[in-house]
Amino acid sequence: MLNIALPKGRLGEKVYAMFAEAGYECPSLLEPSRKLIFENPEAGVRYFWVKPSDVAIYVERGAADIGVAGKDILLEYRPDVFELLDLNLGKCRMAVAAKSDFYDDGSRTLRVATKFTNIAARYYASKCREIDIIKLNGSIEIAPILGLSDVIVDIVETGKTLVENDLEVKETILPISARLICNKAAFRFKTAEIEKITSYMKAQVETHD
Amino acid sequence: MNATYLKPEERAVYALRELYRSYGYLPFKMSKFEEYDLYVRNKDFLVSDRIITFTDVGGKLLALKPDVTLSIIKNGEDRPGYKQKVCYNENVYRVSGSTHQYKEILQTGLECIGDLDTYDICEVVTLAAASLSAVSQAFVLDISHMGILSAMLDEITTEGDIRREIAACIAEKNPHDLARICTEAGVSEEDTATLRDFMTMYGDMDTVLARLLPLCRRYEAVAIAHGELTELRDHLKNTPYADRVHFDFSIMNDMSYYGGVVFCGYLDGICECVLSGGQYNKLMKRMGRKAGAIGFALYLDLLEGLPHTLPAYDVDVLVLYDTATPVSAVTAKVEALRAEGKTVSAQRAIPDKLRCATLCDLRKEGASC
Repeated sequence: MLNIALPKGRLGEKVYAMFAEAGYECPSLLEPSRKLIFENPEAGVRYFWVKPSDVAIYVERGAADIGVAGKDILLEYRPDVFELLDLNLGKCRMAVAAKSDFYDDGSRTLRVATKFTNIAARYYASKCREIDIIKLNGSIEIAPILGLSDVIVDIVETGKTLVENDLEVKETILPISARLICNKAAFRFKTAEIEKITSYMKAQVETHD
Repeated sequence: MNATYLKPEERAVYALRELYRSYGYLPFKMSKFEEYDLYVRNKDFLVSDRIITFTDVGGKLLALKPDVTLSIIKNGEDRPGYKQKVCYNENVYRVSGSTHQYKEILQTGLECIGDLDTYDICEVVTLAAASLSAVSQAFVLDISHMGILSAMLDEITTEGDIRREIAACIAEKNPHDLARICTEAGVSEEDTATLRDFMTMYGDMDTVLARLLPLCRRYEAVAIAHGELTELRDHLKNTPYADRVHFDFSIMNDMSYYGGVVFCGYLDGICECVLSGGQYNKLMKRMGRKAGAIGFALYLDLLEGLPHTLPAYDVDVLVLYDTATPVSAVTAKVEALRAEGKTVSAQRAIPDKLRCATLCDLRKEGASC
């Protein structure tokens, strides 16, 4: 039995569709209910719906053998897992954004508002730039508008929210997409099953490309 | 001693001490504290660089030891043919990766230090497999060789950051980010393809050795590593553990300390590596030693995660007595029951949290239990 952690929401539904197409169906998963765990013994799978930011924890701690997590979460928390496949879903980028008239002349500490404090700290450390990190949990875009920060480090998908708030992308840190991750111990004991499901998923990713 | 009362980690301590002693590994007892300076100079060798420090009465900065190996190798002499073989059972103090809090971790393991030869490498790797087998039959020991990736990277780039990023992708079995990093760093398509192919080399020893052959023709250091892994394979094939030992090049330790065979052990039911080890010749050199070294540690605290069935009762018999019951009567009853092999708890009232199979009430006149 392969335990699979799916991120709740649209991304999770898309990913489940890929698993189902690969032969790992579990029809009860799509029925309206408050259940969070679904099992199909014939297909040898058990799915869990979990908060997207928790998928990596479930996989790292072995509660799930495999799961799907955004690269942003993997970069921020650096879980000790295998990253087997780029699913090319949920594509966006981690970027530095600021008010369109903001210019960083490098003469003072840069105030950075973000949910992703580790990613921001590593990025600016690589540039030897002194920063003051302001950890926020949501509505990051308003930080530069209200003068709380000079820039933000956040995920940008279409850039529409930024434009509506008179912000623009100044630098791209990294492209982001959903990744198929795997617990390192589970890989050793369920190698054939995990390789098989990964190859089926890979074939679909290549077809869609 | 009735071993059924012991937890898996307690049973492991006894079984492994006997195993290591039978191969001539002598117990090494070390102090709980070390000078902080020892760890600062070698902080990349440590699993975590966050160390608990304090000032001793003489004003010297000490640390609660976060690692055993450094303490063992800091002393010792290097003589041709001479080898120091030690085993230990020690607590170390580190920040836990999951809780981000300091944790006391019980480790057992061994080190073989000195003028090492192929026999020593084979013996230590076999003892690593035997250690896992002593805890659970459902284990996997994955072996890698640091010389292979190191040789490939030497040809590709000298830039430390790129080398680290490529090594991280190999350790994550992450082909997509490897391709991106190679493209950004201007690595040739041929070299990128070689690295991607290398990442997929894992599994049974024969298959991996066969797949590694083309790389031997290209890199001299890979040919040497292939020879060492072949000797190890030939040795392991004659042990009971051959089908549970695999080669997997995603197993990686810090390249500035480890230079040869490295390995990780996994037990079914535990979500992380429970045994870690390898050849740390480069660390020896950095510490001014000429000798070679290989060793491993088994993290006993992780064995708590092994599935086990809880006993249905805390004690077999609860003996109840009161102030009127003669001490000799309570003693006689307790000893008689113990002699029958039963566990007994003598109490004056029934405890809230004690599950007992039977009750023997000595307060009743003429109790016959």
